[in-house]
Amino acid sequence: MTAPLEGIRVVELGWAAAGPLVGTYLAAHGADVIHLESSTALDPFRSTYPPFKDNQPGPDRAAMFSFYNAGKRGVALDLKQPAAVPLALRLISTADVVIESFPAGTLARRGLGVDAMRAAKVDLVVLSSCNQGQSGPHARHPGYGSQLTALAGFTQLLGDPARTPVILYGPYIDYIAVGYGVIAILAALDRRARTGEGCVIDLSQYEAGLQFVAPALLEHDANGTIPTRAANRDRVAVPHGVYPTSDPDSWIALSVWDDAEWRRLVTALGDPEWARETSLGAAAGRREREAWIDERIAEWSRRQPRERAVARLRSHGLRAAPVESVSELFRDAQLAERKAWRKAAHPVIGEMRLMAPPFLLSDAEQGPARPGPLLGEHTEEVFRGIVGLDAAEYAALEAAGVFR
Amino acid sequence: MPTLASLAERGPLPPDLRVVELVGNDVWGAAAVAHCGRTLADLGADVVKAEPPEGDPVRRVPPYVGDRADRDRGLLWIALNANKRSVVLAPGDAATRDALVRGADVVLQPAIVVDPARADPRLVVVTITPYGASGPLADVPASDLEVTASSGCLWLAGEPGGAPVRTSLPQSPFWTGMYAAAGALLAVFARRRTGRGQHVDVSGQQSMVTVHAPAAVFADVAGEDHTRLGPNLLGRSIVGARFRNIWPCADGHVSFAIQGGPIGRHTGRMLVSWMAERGVSAPRLAAIDWDTFDNRTLSQADVDALEAEVAAFLATLTKREFFDGVLARDMLGYPVATAADIYADAQLGSRAFWQDVAIDGERLTFPGGFALFDGERPSVRRAPPRLGEHQHEVLGRVTA
Repeated sequence: MTAPLEGIRVVELGWAAAGPLVGTYLAAHGADVIHLESSTALDPFRSTYPPFKDNQPGPDRAAMFSFYNAGKRGVALDLKQPAAVPLALRLISTADVVIESFPAGTLARRGLGVDAMRAAKVDLVVLSSCNQGQSGPHARHPGYGSQLTALAGFTQLLGDPARTPVILYGPYIDYIAVGYGVIAILAALDRRARTGEGCVIDLSQYEAGLQFVAPALLEHDANGTIPTRAANRDRVAVPHGVYPTSDPDSWIALSVWDDAEWRRLVTALGDPEWARETSLGAAAGRREREAWIDERIAEWSRRQPRERAVARLRSHGLRAAPVESVSELFRDAQLAERKAWRKAAHPVIGEMRLMAPPFLLSDAEQGPARPGPLLGEHTEEVFRGIVGLDAAEYAALEAAGVFR
Repeated sequence: MPTLASLAERGPLPPDLRVVELVGNDVWGAAAVAHCGRTLADLGADVVKAEPPEGDPVRRVPPYVGDRADRDRGLLWIALNANKRSVVLAPGDAATRDALVRGADVVLQPAIVVDPARADPRLVVVTITPYGASGPLADVPASDLEVTASSGCLWLAGEPGGAPVRTSLPQSPFWTGMYAAAGALLAVFARRRTGRGQHVDVSGQQSMVTVHAPAAVFADVAGEDHTRLGPNLLGRSIVGARFRNIWPCADGHVSFAIQGGPIGRHTGRMLVSWMAERGVSAPRLAAIDWDTFDNRTLSQADVDALEAEVAAFLATLTKREFFDGVLARDMLGYPVATAADIYADAQLGSRAFWQDVAIDGERLTFPGGFALFDGERPSVRRAPPRLGEHQHEVLGRVTA
């Protein structure tokens, strides 16, 4: 078995999640991903975002950075120094792919625009991923994924319709842009393998996110409605909800998709008197009394532990699942079977869990194999070994403060 | 050799990359397979759906165009199936199915129909299931609700102490289909080198675990299990404070937070001057030295006091005023947009994001492709197919 992207070199300029996590997926499949950063403008995942080892901030104590940059080499290069830009271009001249995720125009101002990069390597694949895309009136607007998720319509669709929406945890939309960024690079590499041509990919995280709300957009366009949040109601399944169990803050999810499944649910609940009413045998009848049915199911579920309730419902062929907390995911037998979590030793943080890709390849090695790099961990290795600086050149540049 | 012009027509993948979608009877699996197929089709692959005689179950998911229930008018169906062709496969017609699969480079399936161990060694077989093709839950049925429940997503959304809540537009088929497309392309790329196909086994549950990765880092490294906090954010503080991220405004809601870091401090400074311009008094915010402001160490009481001033200001603004204000000042923050707001967004218009497509006699304005390749956006070249529309064209080729 080999890794699909062995021999592919990726140079990455960007911070936080949306750019670097693209490189992490490529590294997990064998690419040599070199993450460029600088202590003079630290990645917020090294500086601002907890958790830190023992709750003490510090660039190499930042778990979020290490998690998001697993499997990469890391170099420190201060792009504000004039001597740094030609060095970056010499490194890029050895690369197949560049990933950059700064606000539109940032790298061009430093002499690292797409034209300069392609002059260094003619068949380069460049992914530029930013909030709003490389062009347009809002191209340079800075933004975070947690708030772009609201602009792209997701937040409107989450919560109780009578209340303020609730947040979608984290920078939700960033990960959509990450998945599409990986797809775009792989498609461009496939094209390059056939044609020899490179490609410049302009990925707006906003536009990538809108792919996942397309049905709601089209609904508005076709019918003039404003799709909104509906708590746990579904347009087809009834009942469809989350129900408490006998333990505190412990819930099950259950959905019933047709009348045959309803009959199986009634059996699973022990054929209670309330469920025998004829009108409930059809979805329309259940829809009329949905809140009342939810209360009856909750009366049943509250009397038993979560796992017993789920097992009973599943034994009747129903769709049911425990609502798992995040720490429970580390003990989940199905995820364990798929080796979803990979433990790795970080020299400062200690043992930490990394996340494997959600697809298993039967004939390929898949990472991540190691946590993200320390700040500047591979600077000398990369600039001497790949770029080809000799010891004296490297020392002079280091003394000039270029590698920081 | 493809030229730049052909990228707009077809996308970067070769038109002879043949993908077959085997459509089952389960809506979740069919939707996830369809989103994977749509992604590959947008990029230029030749995607053929093999539907049962009653059609893909996604065809029967409401709402419909004009609220007219019809197998060609479902909006989820329309969104997931542009750029594809359709044939009907009778139940038990293994000969036709095998012929379709023989002509394919990639098969997408919602269960093990084509056994990867027995398939043509060059074939890439992508199996998309709620929990994965093997393991204790391999054959357990699930819909979006159960997939999100088993991944931690539901746990993290909702009011404090209240029931977990799901995004009203099912999300897990999109996520899972997206990752399936990435896995399929990795396998296709590997095949160029090895000559061998392989099995790509995609789990909905595991796909949704990726959606809240920071929560896993907190649980793992800090031993903090994040939970539902309504409109508030965790994960910005080293003393456990939460920060509000969704706020009522004059005509809806906006997303805004008190943040640190260079852009966050700039945002705070701009907020104070914006409030002063509008004559809104905010003594606590005005007293902050934004050059040294550190949101990580604020106590919850500090945060609450600052947020009371922010809330009073935001309540005076419309979504439009807020959006214009943050754009003009390079501040962090966005409105909580509705579908109507998104269609009206100037940025999307200027990037020619939208595309009109005629479907079943109606004109629909589609969201465009997810990225520009050398300046060209993959387009909708074909409306979603009618059931069996390409029966003769496709089966004539594969059975010949």
